[in-house]
Parts: sequence; C-alpha cells; structure tokens
Amino acid sequence: MKIDPASRYRASHEYARKEGAEIVVGISDHAQEALGDIVFVEMLEVGKTVAQGEAIGVVESVKAASDIYAPMSGVVAAVNAALMDDPALVNKDPFGAGWLLRLKPSDPSQWDGLLDAEGYRKACEKE
Amino acid sequence: MPYIAATESDRAAMLERIGAASVEELFDDVPARVRFPSLDLPPPLSELEAMREVEALAAKNLSASSSAWFLGAGAYYRFIPAVVPALATRAEFLTSYTPYQPEVSQGTLQAIFEYQSMAAALLGVDVVNASHYDGATALAEALLMAYNAAGAAGGRPRALLCADLHPECKAVVRSYLSAFPIEVEELALGPEEAALKADQSTFCVVAPYPGFSGELGDLAAAAEAAHAAGALLVVHADPIMCGLLKSPGELGADIVAAEGQSLGSPLSFGGPYLGMLGARSALVRKMPGRLVGQARDGAGRRGFVLTLTAREQHIRREKAVSNICSNQGLAMLQACVYLAAMGEAGMRAVARLSYDKAHYAASLIAGIPGYSVATGSFFDEFTVRTPVGAEALAAGLCRRGIVPGLPLSRYYPERDRELLVCVTEMCTRPQIEELARALGEAAA
Amino acid sequence: MNLVEEPLLFELSSPGRTCVSLPEGDVPPAPLPAGLERGSIGLPEVDELSLVRHFTRLSQKNFCIDTEFYPLGSCTMKYNPKVNEQAAALSGWRNAHPLAGEEFSQGALELICSLQAMLCEIGGFAAGSLQPAAGAQGELAGALVIRAYHDSRGDGRRRVVLVPDSAHGTNPATCTMAGFQARTIPSDAEGGVDLGALASALDDTIAGLMITNPNTLGLFDRNIEEIARRVHEAGGLVYGDGANLNALAGVLRPAEVGIDVMHYNLHKTFSTPHGGGGPGGCFVGVRPDLADFLPGPIAVRKGESFGLAMPPRSIGRLKAFYGNFGILVRAYVYLRMLGSGGLRRVAETAVLNANYLKALIEGTYAVKYPRRCMHEFVAQGGLAEGVHTLDVAKRLIDYGFHPPTIYFPLIVPEALMIEPTETEAKETLDAFAAALLAIAEEARTRPELLAAAPTTTPVGRLDEVAAARSPLLCYRG
Repeated sequence: MKIDPASRYRASHEYARKEGAEIVVGISDHAQEALGDIVFVEMLEVGKTVAQGEAIGVVESVKAASDIYAPMSGVVAAVNAALMDDPALVNKDPFGAGWLLRLKPSDPSQWDGLLDAEGYRKACEKE
Repeated sequence: MPYIAATESDRAAMLERIGAASVEELFDDVPARVRFPSLDLPPPLSELEAMREVEALAAKNLSASSSAWFLGAGAYYRFIPAVVPALATRAEFLTSYTPYQPEVSQGTLQAIFEYQSMAAALLGVDVVNASHYDGATALAEALLMAYNAAGAAGGRPRALLCADLHPECKAVVRSYLSAFPIEVEELALGPEEAALKADQSTFCVVAPYPGFSGELGDLAAAAEAAHAAGALLVVHADPIMCGLLKSPGELGADIVAAEGQSLGSPLSFGGPYLGMLGARSALVRKMPGRLVGQARDGAGRRGFVLTLTAREQHIRREKAVSNICSNQGLAMLQACVYLAAMGEAGMRAVARLSYDKAHYAASLIAGIPGYSVATGSFFDEFTVRTPVGAEALAAGLCRRGIVPGLPLSRYYPERDRELLVCVTEMCTRPQIEELARALGEAAA
Repeated sequence: MNLVEEPLLFELSSPGRTCVSLPEGDVPPAPLPAGLERGSIGLPEVDELSLVRHFTRLSQKNFCIDTEFYPLGSCTMKYNPKVNEQAAALSGWRNAHPLAGEEFSQGALELICSLQAMLCEIGGFAAGSLQPAAGAQGELAGALVIRAYHDSRGDGRRRVVLVPDSAHGTNPATCTMAGFQARTIPSDAEGGVDLGALASALDDTIAGLMITNPNTLGLFDRNIEEIARRVHEAGGLVYGDGANLNALAGVLRPAEVGIDVMHYNLHKTFSTPHGGGGPGGCFVGVRPDLADFLPGPIAVRKGESFGLAMPPRSIGRLKAFYGNFGILVRAYVYLRMLGSGGLRRVAETAVLNANYLKALIEGTYAVKYPRRCMHEFVAQGGLAEGVHTLDVAKRLIDYGFHPPTIYFPLIVPEALMIEPTETEAKETLDAFAAALLAIAEEARTRPELLAAAPTTTPVGRLDEVAAARSPLLCYRG
C-alpha cells in the first residue's frame, strides 16, 4: 500500500496535497485497490464552493461506487479532464496523474486537522 | 403434494444427516406461541379442479374479441402475431432469472440489447433501458431522472405537467414524487403553451404525444421553448404512433417514456405491461433500471452484460437513482419479438391501418346529428361529444356487442357527454359503420 | 447449450424481408398532419423463419429452472408450474380490458379479491393491495404507508428508518424514495439485529424499522418479538421485507410477531416465473389501522359482486390499473392447489433441503453462522489464496449448475448464498454438494481450472470493466 508522505488524509481515504496556493485532491492507493478497476468519475464543476466533509463527487467501479468528500473547504479550481477518457489513471497513479480535482482552500488551518501519512497508515491497519 | 419430490425416506435420510429428530425441530427458533398456525384457506384442488375453477372465473369477463372493440385509453386491443407468444414463452426465457451471470444468460442479455436498440430507434433516442413496470411508472422515473439531472443541484424545483396526460399517469407521478421537494404544476395547456411557461425555476416540462384526449400537440415548439428556459422536455409517447409520425426524440425530447403494451402484450386486465424509458446519451448515468451493454471475453468473442450497475440499488443502496430491482423481462421480450416480427414495414403498416380507420370513424361520427369530434389532430384515438350521457350510451351499445369507447366521466365526472373512441388495426370497416349507425340510433 | 455466436437481428436484416401478415386497408387513406410524417424508423427486416431460428437459438444460450438447478439465495428459484401458464393464457384474461367496467370484469375482480384474502390470511394481515408490480414497488408502498400514518398523527418529524446492515439494497434505496433517511443497524454475533444498537438508535425521529426475517443470512431472528416491541414502544412501525417468506408461509404469521406492514414477492414464494428478470408481482399487507393508506384501487366485495375502491386515505396509485394481473392469476392457481397444508409442506421442505445441503458442505466451505438455518444459508467461497467466490461460481457452471448468489449479503466476505427451495429432489442436492466439494479439491490442486472457468458456455468471462468505461448500449449500424 503506497502512502504519499507529503499528503494529508481523511479516514474516508481522500488525500490532500499542497501545490502552490491550491490543494490537489484524490483517493489513496488503498482506496483504488479496494474499489477495483475504476470505470467512471464524476466531480463537481469548476467554480463550485464546498465545505469540508461535503460530497464533491463519485468514483465508480463495476462493483462499487464511492462518494468523495472534500478534505478542506474551498472553491473548485480545476477538475481532471483526462479521467473522462481514461478513468484507469486513478488506479494506475492515484497520487499523480489520477488526481481528481484541485481546490482553492478557504481555511488553510483545516490542513492541521487532517491525518498525516503515519496517522493514515494506522487508520488503514485498524480497518 | 404438488411440486415436491422429497419422499418419507428422503426426509428421514436428510434429517439423519442434519442431526435433527423431526422437521418440526428445524423451526425451534420460531416462538412456540405462534408456531404452525391453522390457516383458513380453501382446501387444495387438483390440477383438473383448479383449471375448472379459473376457467369459470375467466368466463365471467368480457373479452375484447367478442365485441366490436373501440376502447383504448391506455390499454390497447391489437394484433399479436403468433410468433410472439410462441417465442417469448419458451421455458428458457420464461424460467430463467435476471442475467447476473452473463455466461449462462446470453440469450436473455442479447434479447435485451436488441430490444434496447429497436426501442431506441423507434422512440428516436440514444439509449433505452431494459424496461420499467409500465408506462406510468416509467414517466414517474423519467421525472425523477430529469430532477437528478437538472433540478436537484441547480435550484430548479418545478415540473410543469400538461393536463392532457393520461389521468393514471398523472396520479402515479404524484405518488412517486410525493416525498421529494418537487413542485408539480398541472397546466390545462397544450405542449407548446405549457413549455412557454417554463422559467429558471423549472427543471422539466412533461408533455404527452398524443394527449389522453387524442390531441397531437406541437412537440418541436415545446422542445424549443423548454430548452430556451433551461428545462428538459420529458415526453410520454405512444410507441405504435412512432411507426408513422416523427419520434419524440427527433422532435427534441430529452427523455421519453412510453407504455409498451401495444408492442406484443395482451390486455390482461391491466398487467403485466411494459414501461419504456429512453434518453439522450448525456443523461445515461442518471437513468434508472437495468442496462445491457456489449462486451468481449478473453478470446475476443462478443457477448452482452448488465452494465453501468453502479447506478443501481444493489450497489448505491440509499444513494441509488431509484429503488427499482426487476424489469418487465417477459413483457420486454414480447416487445422485442413483436418489433422484430413487424420490422420496418410492419410497424408503419400497423400505424397506418390504425390512423386511417380512426380518421374514417371520426368522419362518419362527425356526420351524425348531435355528435361532434372534439379533437383536431390525432393518431388513432379521438374524443367525441355526445348528445346524451356517454355512460348510458356506452352501456346500451355494450349490450349490442359494441364497446364504443371510454366515457370520460370515468375519470372526469363533469365531462359526462364525452366519449374517447379508439380505432386500431383490429377494427373492420363494417364494425366502424355499425358503430356509427348504433351511435346515431341511440341518440334518436 | 448453444455455443455458436448468434448474430444480432440487425445483422440478419435484409431490405424487403418481412414476417408480418396484416390485412389490406379497408377505408380511404387519411392525410397525415403536415411535417410530421416519419422517415425511416431503423428497425430490422427479417423473414419469419430467420426470426424463429434467431430467438430459438438465443433461448438455448440460457440456463433456466426447467433445465438447471438454480440455488440463488434470496431469489427462491422454485419450479414454475405449467398449469399456471395455462391458466394465465385463457382468452378471458388475455382479452380483458382494464377499463371495460366492473360489470364486465367480475371474474378478474373476484380473482384479485380472493387472492388478497388468501394472502392476508397467510400473513395475519387485515387488508392488502396487489397493485405493486414488484418487491421494490411493494417496499415503496410500505414506506409511503408508514410515512402517511405518522403524518396523519401529526408525527411528521419521524423521518428516519432503521435498516439492518444485512439488508437487500432495495431497502435503503426505498427509504430515500419515500423521503426517509436510512440509518444502518449492525448485526450481532448471532447474525440477528443487535438489540443494544437498536435500543440506542430508537428515539422519536424514528419512523420505523425494516426487517427481513429470516434475514439475508438465512437465520431466523429469535428476538423478533422483542425487536418489534421496542420499535412500537418508541412509536415506530415495523416493516417486513417478505423476500424470505418461503421459509415461513404456513409456519408463522408475521403479523403475530409484530410486523405491521409487509410485502410478499409473488415471483418468489408463490411460484410465478422470473421471466429473465420480470415481471414480478407483489402483495402489500397491513395491520387494521393502516388499511386506509394502502395504494389503490383495490378489489373489494360489494354485496354479491365485486368492484374496485380507493382506500380513503390512500397514498395513491403506484402504477396504472390494478397490478400485474397475469402474474396474479398464476399465484392464485398455485395457492388454490396448495391449500394451507401444502404451504406448510413447502416451508418445511425448503428448510429441510437447505439444512441438508449445509450439512453436506460445511466441513469444506466455512459457514459463518453455523446455527440451524432456515430456507437458505451463507457459506464462504474464499477457499485458498487467490481463489475467490467468483471463481467457485464460474466453475459451478462447468458442472452444469447455476451459481448461487455471490457477494451478498455484504456483511459476509466472499459470500455464497445458497437457497435450494422445496421443489428439488435429494439427488439434485447430493449432486450439487458433490460438485462444490470437487471444486474445493480443484482449488487446492488445480486452481487454474477455476480461474479459466467457465469453458463450457458461449462466452467466457466478459470484460465488464471495458464495457462500463465505454458503454455500447445500442446497435450502431
């Protein structure tokens, strides 16, 4: 199970990674493996405002559909258009090319409340 | 004991293997106080007696084949080619289950794919699902689909309904939507006029094609007006009519629902019927119900599978688009065989026969003193204004072996001098002329 | 089984071929409305023999009850009696128009009334409706009845329904459609509803509890009366999902253990055919004070004759007309032939067969809850490293059996839910068990046989991922 040390996590397996003024959001390697081959990704549109913990999209495989929740509050700055044609990117490279969306965070202090890499690893082991 | 193979010695052997002393013991978990109640049911009949019993009941029903039949109103007496029941009721189709294991269900899956394809062609849409319970529930689900696509997130809570939809469709829509924050507004306007009332709070306009009264509205204009307001156009269509007149999809409908009973299912006192639901491809992920798609196996062979299942209840559970689990498998298969048997030429021919005969009947009736035809442009059903109460008029004709149509007071008590007359390919010219004669005599 | 690829109708089509035989028009042609005439429709053109061969060959690619054992847990794949088909095909039913009027529909109305009465008696319910088209619609009816009941008492804040974690997916989906929030209740170590969790969850926002008993693990919840009592005490109603009624009809009347509203699946317990996915048929039964809310219209006795009536505070119509009448005829004939003794025998044999089958395989396949089961049980198919329930299922096909239900209920990993039903002979159960044991041996010694399975079918495992990523849902010429 690959865990990106630079990212922070929600217990529901979303990750957040700082990139400049924005946060890159996606699902962890553990999550993509549990879901199986991803067939479809649907995210909120650019410009939408979301609160931390609010649903921002769905990732579907053949046997499951997983709601994705915002790790931090903010405005959607970008959505990964490549996933329309190749949802498998989420499986192949969840922390890289398989990113889901980018947020402009409205409350940067929320970062501290997220699980760090070690905290997330422990949470997964408990599952 | 019918249908049970286990003999006394089988039972004994099984109990021994289980380690139980008696079959009753297997129910020890059931509270003793309420276990093994005595049920007041009629004593069991043999097969012979059961058939006699049900034949006696069936004989107490008026059969459409025994009268000159001009009653439609949502259930239609139509010609069903012999190949339809012969093929659709084959045990391999009838006694098989939902095709969750595709390798052993390719018959059912390919038939569904063919139905989806033919129904999409007929209704003029990109995708059709494997069916709903009936046309009315398909329409209700169409509205929920439109709400999910254009209403829920976007602050549009209103649905505009044309009053000339079938009254039972309207009732079902209201029941289904009762728990959602949706405002259903019924307008006594034709499709185009209703669509012009759409604004930024409207997520869809619902129009019939044709209306319950028979009236054909301007669907293309309705589509334009609805889209201009950012709303979807949902249409409830007659599938037979689509063999002769432009399809709702072609005229701009986004979602199309229809009652498919006319496509190979008998009247059967109201069920099982066939809910048809189709839409533009952009809306497919919001579509409820089963969908079959094409796939390949490891050796490259073509096959068919249930697909996009993440929409459905067994995966999404409380977040599913709908709670629907089953489809109308047998009725859908009947429609599939019917559409294939009729084909391009037959569908046009059936529609043509119905259209021409209905217009001939209307022209005769319009010529009878005291009667008038209230519907302007219609397919095979039209509303007649009668000089005397339509209920008594119809009852009198029924006793003469002519069922002249539906008195509208059945649904709208104040409309007691209106009769909805339907003429299909089953009606002959002599029957139509007899109808006109009988109507004239009854008013004299 | 027919292993040869069958072309699509569109691929068999040739312009000018027809099957149809319609009379010539006998009236003057009428002009069409301007601008509305249809161009080509896009339907195939085939001759009758090709059509017949096509669908006959397609049918030969299916497993079905008439040829294979179908131990699908939760589906009750019992034999579909031929006499039911004959009864449903009578011309008095085929050509019966739903709007012909009560005077001309006495046979149909009497049948519906009688069936309603028998089904009420079986469950101990005071009234019921046969309008719902299938189980899911029956659940919706039940949920809307519960909602209407609370609203009528000014208790509109009760908008939460408790659903066990073992429940069928339609249960929470139905809650959403009825405007409720579904809240999950965990199962205890015995596989029943966790009483402690239930107690904590019950408050005055709870509209009710949806429960399946026996549950989807095939286990009878021994606490059912206590569960019902607590829900009632908290002001809620108990909804019974009757999918597993085959274990209990004639053995227990659900209303007598506190079930207030329940649906029965006619296409499960009452032998009507599954038709490749439908149509179903459904009865919703209620306790006396809920009768006013039933969906309608329902068939009623009017003195010496029969008619239709809308319950006074009905939740409304759930479909056009009165229900899947053709299916009701089949269920009616079945019940008239069984009687109460026959029903009890059905339940006894269903439970006997399931326990016998469980005894035959539980040495090799783990059964998570080893207590006595009812008409079905859940085993686990994860036999070895890298061997999953899916592989066992596919290999069973090569042995000539339809696989059991797989990966349900969700609370058992690698679930294999097995329901033999009462219409199977002991020899069939023995053969099925032998196949399962042989597959377990193969999993140890020759796992590649499972991974490659099935190899005796027209297609092997299909790439469902690719199909879902680029859906092709329609023939594109």
